Amino acid sequence: MHQMHGAGETGAVQPAIELRGIDKRFGAVHANKEIDLKVDKGTIHGIVGENGAGKSTLMSILYGFYQADAGTIHVDGKLCDIRGSEDAIAVGIGMVHQHFMLVETFSVLENVILGVEGGAVLREGVDKAREELKRLEREYSLNIDPDATVGDLSVGLQQRVEILKALYRGAEILILDEPTGVLTPQEADHLFRILDTLKEQGKTVVLITHKLREIMAATDNVSVMRQGAMVAHRKTAETSPEELSELMVGRKVLLRLEKGEANPAATVLNVENLCVDNAQGVRKVKNATFNVRAGEIVGIAGVSGNGQSELLEALGGIRSASEGKVELNGQDVTPGKGVDAAELRRRGVAHVPEDRHRMAMVTAFSAKEAAILGYEDDPAYQKGVLLDWNAISAATANMMSEFDVRPDNPDLKAANFSGGNQQKLVLAREIMRDPELLLVGQPTRGVDIGAIEFIHKRIVAMRDAGKAVLLVSVELDEIMSLADRILVMCDGAIIGEVAASEANERVLGLMMAGVDPNEAKAAEGQA
Amino acid sequence: MSKTVELPRWIDVGALPLLNLLLALVVSGLVVLAIGENPVEVVEILLYGAFGYEEAWGYTLYYTTNFIFTGLAFAVAFHCGLFNIGAEGQAYVGGLGVTLAALYLDFLPFPIMLVVAMFAAMIFGAAWAYIPAYLQARRGSHVVITTIMFNFIASSLMVYLLVNVLRPEGSMTPESEQIAEHLRLPFIHDIAGALGIEMASSPLNLSFVYAIVISVMVWLFIWHTRWGYAIRTVGANAVAATYAGLEPGRFIIIAMMISGALSSFMALNEVMGVQHRLLIDFTAGYGFVGIAVALMGRNHPFGIFLAALLFGMLYQGGAELSFEIPTISNDMVVVIQGLVILFTGAMEHMFRPRVTKIYTAWRLRQDAGEAA
Repeated sequence: MHQMHGAGETGAVQPAIELRGIDKRFGAVHANKEIDLKVDKGTIHGIVGENGAGKSTLMSILYGFYQADAGTIHVDGKLCDIRGSEDAIAVGIGMVHQHFMLVETFSVLENVILGVEGGAVLREGVDKAREELKRLEREYSLNIDPDATVGDLSVGLQQRVEILKALYRGAEILILDEPTGVLTPQEADHLFRILDTLKEQGKTVVLITHKLREIMAATDNVSVMRQGAMVAHRKTAETSPEELSELMVGRKVLLRLEKGEANPAATVLNVENLCVDNAQGVRKVKNATFNVRAGEIVGIAGVSGNGQSELLEALGGIRSASEGKVELNGQDVTPGKGVDAAELRRRGVAHVPEDRHRMAMVTAFSAKEAAILGYEDDPAYQKGVLLDWNAISAATANMMSEFDVRPDNPDLKAANFSGGNQQKLVLAREIMRDPELLLVGQPTRGVDIGAIEFIHKRIVAMRDAGKAVLLVSVELDEIMSLADRILVMCDGAIIGEVAASEANERVLGLMMAGVDPNEAKAAEGQA
Repeated sequence: MSKTVELPRWIDVGALPLLNLLLALVVSGLVVLAIGENPVEVVEILLYGAFGYEEAWGYTLYYTTNFIFTGLAFAVAFHCGLFNIGAEGQAYVGGLGVTLAALYLDFLPFPIMLVVAMFAAMIFGAAWAYIPAYLQARRGSHVVITTIMFNFIASSLMVYLLVNVLRPEGSMTPESEQIAEHLRLPFIHDIAGALGIEMASSPLNLSFVYAIVISVMVWLFIWHTRWGYAIRTVGANAVAATYAGLEPGRFIIIAMMISGALSSFMALNEVMGVQHRLLIDFTAGYGFVGIAVALMGRNHPFGIFLAALLFGMLYQGGAELSFEIPTISNDMVVVIQGLVILFTGAMEHMFRPRVTKIYTAWRLRQDAGEAA
């Protein structure tokens, strides 16, 4: 408990937020264990922790989504009873959610005044709001046109609309939940500059993230959560990423994966001029040409939404190719007529999709039902015309022990596993088929640090066993530590390739923003 | 927003439906009170009418048979995420299949005829479901709309056929000829009689046994076959199904055709078992009630059996009721049936949040007790 002191002793000034003894249980899960937290006024305070450490629960309690079983919330020294988001807004707390709460067809202005229109006649409120909005934008240099349609704005700008919404409602304290998950490194830097401006104006910012780099770059103080408990408070200047990650996990972790040289052999996947359209007929992948050889990991970097998802889904047989061709070990497997996901699986393509809940599993199913998705016609799982649930149970138990899925109960509903364990089950299902080619998207999204290490090791083990791996990830750290070659996608096109040994964040970031690779490298040279 | 504990099975499939049923009965009781009758007496007559004597049992189970088929039909489509309200029309057209087979292949011996009639029903019912299924799978026309329309089309088509084609010459009623005596499904009381057991006569026939067999087969199909697995995957998450290589459209068509085939089995009971001819509107709303039966039975064959039994009881007991108490007209019985459907089917989720909350609170206290 001695760690609880030290932070926040800045004299007589009341902390902006003080939580005392916050405790919350969900059934058998003890999500928050007597949390104490002080956030000083006019600072940026980071909260880090693995998934499931209780960060989101704590912030949901602060914002009124949940009520704590015990403990008190004090804002500016005053005890507050926050029973809903209205109460939170009333005491000056604003929240920017991970998933934006915006009406895409409305203008920025309309989104901002939504819910606080001020009277039955819209006109008056709108005019007043426009004035206020202009003032806010000037003050914080947000650079947003109030009349732009939100759906047309980039993700980074949409996030600023969310910030604007909170400020418009008079927020003095701003909570940001994993704000950089969808941003390019450059956009993230811009966000941090905005947060700095907010801080200069006396606002208080709480930043929830699992990215230690951001904590180090942007915050003044940092609090670490582990398994529902607050384990440490530090001044950011006095700590290091190594210390923080150790505090988060409770043991030392390798931040960089140690892997040997790749030994690429014959080409397994050959993609030529592949074009993919979405359901609306918009071309999402434009003339992609690349190959993946046995024994190497090829990474595809890019800001999410630049065609990587569609590329991966096409190669997995879920989307059809509009043009171009795909070959697997020299055989034509262009997705479309006759080549669907089932056919590709038969030919040895395993696919771990980006979106676990939407695609990789049926959360309403039990683990053993989830463990045969895509392989339900395997003869080993049949007993005459019926499915052999005993064999399936045994196979699932095997996957669970091999990939350390907890709890190791094949009958438990898939939805009741944590994100990391769901992901491990999906990886087990695909990798244990011993495929020729592994397509894997966002393998560690929403997965805690301990499991990330494990998953990365398994992917490298696939490579070392002479298999081809195509990795799509929006986490540059992940791409750089796993991939042997990195392709960068922007606006549907592969705009360049960088060897992993030559890659760094700046060059990749510029390429992700659409800068020509040679210029990007030149810009890097000047820097 | 607050998290909750998942309800255990016995509450989900046992206590909750019973609670809904109880509420339906309480409200029905109030209605009975309002027209000046004694609700207790009404319940007594209802129960006696449904289960009080041998013949009543026979009638109750005869109605139950129809509800099992239509309930199963709805459930199979529902597992694929489809709301098939076309059981009425599918059963009707299925009846045409049975009748045509029985009238034109009447030279066949009974055991062969049984199989032929079954297939005829299946083919006709499945074909009638195929069109809405195809439109849903390939053209995106919502199956709720199209199956309703196909009920009307089936109804008009059958009126035309019965009046202009199937009606025997000289007959004034829109119904088909009688099917040959040797092709009729034996009544249970006849079978029992042949075995030397005395039973009161009722319309209950062999198709009840068939309904039980089909229930088991549907259970096996849904939870123990690849196709059942695929149908449930498509129903729960069509994107995951595509990812797995299970083309949703294909399984939408399969599920709907199976659904249509199951509803058509109702015609075996009605046409081959009881009426022995094709009657106008012989489906009499069983297809619609099947929706409530399936929802109340949680789309599980065992639950459907229990719910079908309940509705069979309401039908038979209700008929007895309107006979015994003249102020309770047939319409009144329909009101009571409607209330049961309303509370157990349509308002199925009314108590769920509250029960979940109470159960969660109870569990938390239990856990806290264990932890202490």
